[in-house]
Amino acid sequence: MSALAHIGGSTSGSAPAAQPTPTKRGKVAYLLLLPGVLWLIVFFVVPLVQLFTVSLQSKFPGYPGYYYRDVNFGNYLTAVVDYWPHFARSLLYAGLATLLAFILAYPLAYAMAFKAGKWRGVMMICVIAPFFTSFILRTIAWRQILSDDGWIASALNALHLLPGGHITETWVAVVAGLTYNFLPFMVLPIYASLERADPKIIEAGGDLYANGLTTFRTVTLPMSMPGVLAGTLLTFIPAAGDYVNAELLGSDISTKMVGNGIESQFFRVVDGYPTAAALSFTLMAAILALVFLYVRKYGTEELL
Amino acid sequence: MSTSQRLRFWIANRFVMIVAILVLVYLFLPVAYTFVFSFNNYKKSNIQWNPEGSPTLDHWKNPFGPPGIKDALLTSLGVGAIATLVATVLGTLLAFALVRHDFRGKGAGNILVFVPMATPEIVLGASLLTIFVQGFNQVGLTLGFWTIVIAHIMFCLSFVVVTVKARLQSLDPRLEEAAQDLYAGPGGTFWRVTFPLVLPGIVSAALLSFSLSFDDFIITNFVSGDATTFPKFVYVSYLRGIPAEANVIGFSLFVIAVLLVIAGQVVGSRRRSPA
Repeated sequence: MSALAHIGGSTSGSAPAAQPTPTKRGKVAYLLLLPGVLWLIVFFVVPLVQLFTVSLQSKFPGYPGYYYRDVNFGNYLTAVVDYWPHFARSLLYAGLATLLAFILAYPLAYAMAFKAGKWRGVMMICVIAPFFTSFILRTIAWRQILSDDGWIASALNALHLLPGGHITETWVAVVAGLTYNFLPFMVLPIYASLERADPKIIEAGGDLYANGLTTFRTVTLPMSMPGVLAGTLLTFIPAAGDYVNAELLGSDISTKMVGNGIESQFFRVVDGYPTAAALSFTLMAAILALVFLYVRKYGTEELL
Repeated sequence: MSTSQRLRFWIANRFVMIVAILVLVYLFLPVAYTFVFSFNNYKKSNIQWNPEGSPTLDHWKNPFGPPGIKDALLTSLGVGAIATLVATVLGTLLAFALVRHDFRGKGAGNILVFVPMATPEIVLGASLLTIFVQGFNQVGLTLGFWTIVIAHIMFCLSFVVVTVKARLQSLDPRLEEAAQDLYAGPGGTFWRVTFPLVLPGIVSAALLSFSLSFDDFIITNFVSGDATTFPKFVYVSYLRGIPAEANVIGFSLFVIAVLLVIAGQVVGSRRRSPA
């Protein structure tokens, strides 16, 4: 069950080993690597290359559903021109959800690391347990919670605090769903890096600055930075590519994300494959570029 | 100190813990809704609570009633079991190679393992669909159970490597040196010292793989063809109205998983304490 903590632990820098691990040279390494690497090449690298060639294909005029090999960057132009609002929403919603998840996750991770005592294990189970109810079911539950006759919308409506009268079918519901679904991926890495931090250093910081906020900003937060970094990536990347929340919680048009575009081009549009492929690659490029900038600004080299 | 001051002090002291508990409540809220709606006496759709019908146990009496739900669950369990087994074995081998061996292209190997985790699921699903449709169908592999298994092994693999790697890196190499000093051969050292020490990491990795595979929807939806997993069943039936039996199964799985995790914790701590 500490599996997810391990992810946090390792993406946020290697655990402190007592001594450097001895490494061996020789052919055994290649034998150990072969099956896994082969699997990743055949079912990850090759499909990506194939998807890239599809993104450059052209349609056979007059034969719906047929394409020929080409170097047609027009698909990318279509993708960007037709879908730029979807891209904007994906990045914006994912960014907002990541920020909200950080705000919710940090106190939880902090409490687990420093305040929970013997309740730590229980809290850990509580963070992971919701995973086991299918995430589709939980997202639908959010639709029920936020529905117009649900207690949240009713209360806000009674106070006239809800312009438009709905929460579902708006971007608020989509962002809320994204925040919820990826919150554990933010909690666990932050917890893993805080757990390794020495609480005495934070106490010393408190003695020096005597101000909770300053201590947090100058001592606690920098110490947990590897975890925050891993958590933001594990939240932002899947959130930006998600389409389930927009589908189940959002509206028909105005809250659709890139994922919805890719899905409908693949499954509902004849001749949509090249556009869908171009959309996928543009999304991946946008995410990689943002991640690269972000990691360069805040990151450490231990991330890999 | 006045009462209000004392109250303020009490709250300030426990503020973080209170917020943490509220966040946990937030995490559990939809699970509670799933549970409550499993008793809904609805007519058409289980999205809204039916105030007229009194809560019913009918859905709990026959959870496999709705057509297709049992097959979907069995498919999910089957895919999860096979994908977990293969991904755990391949990933553990990879992790040993990456931590314990020096070889040409190690950096490339690390990147090859990391990048699938940094790729949005929809891109993984889309690329696998293109290759399954445009290449693998020519060798007789059609979309269905086995394409789901192949895809799940692929995305679980990286998580296994990362989990086992973390465990391997935190091992104290002196334990293995001690074994060798005590005249254990390389095989004996590995099977009697290294492997038991890494085993908790491998078990975590397997559990993680299974839960990732079992709950996956996006990639599965792309590569499954006519096959249906439990999440896909729920998603597809959403438009027609999800049967409350899906809530029964979803909530039961949650309870079973929590009990297993707690049992694992208890066994783990018992085994640790006498040693």
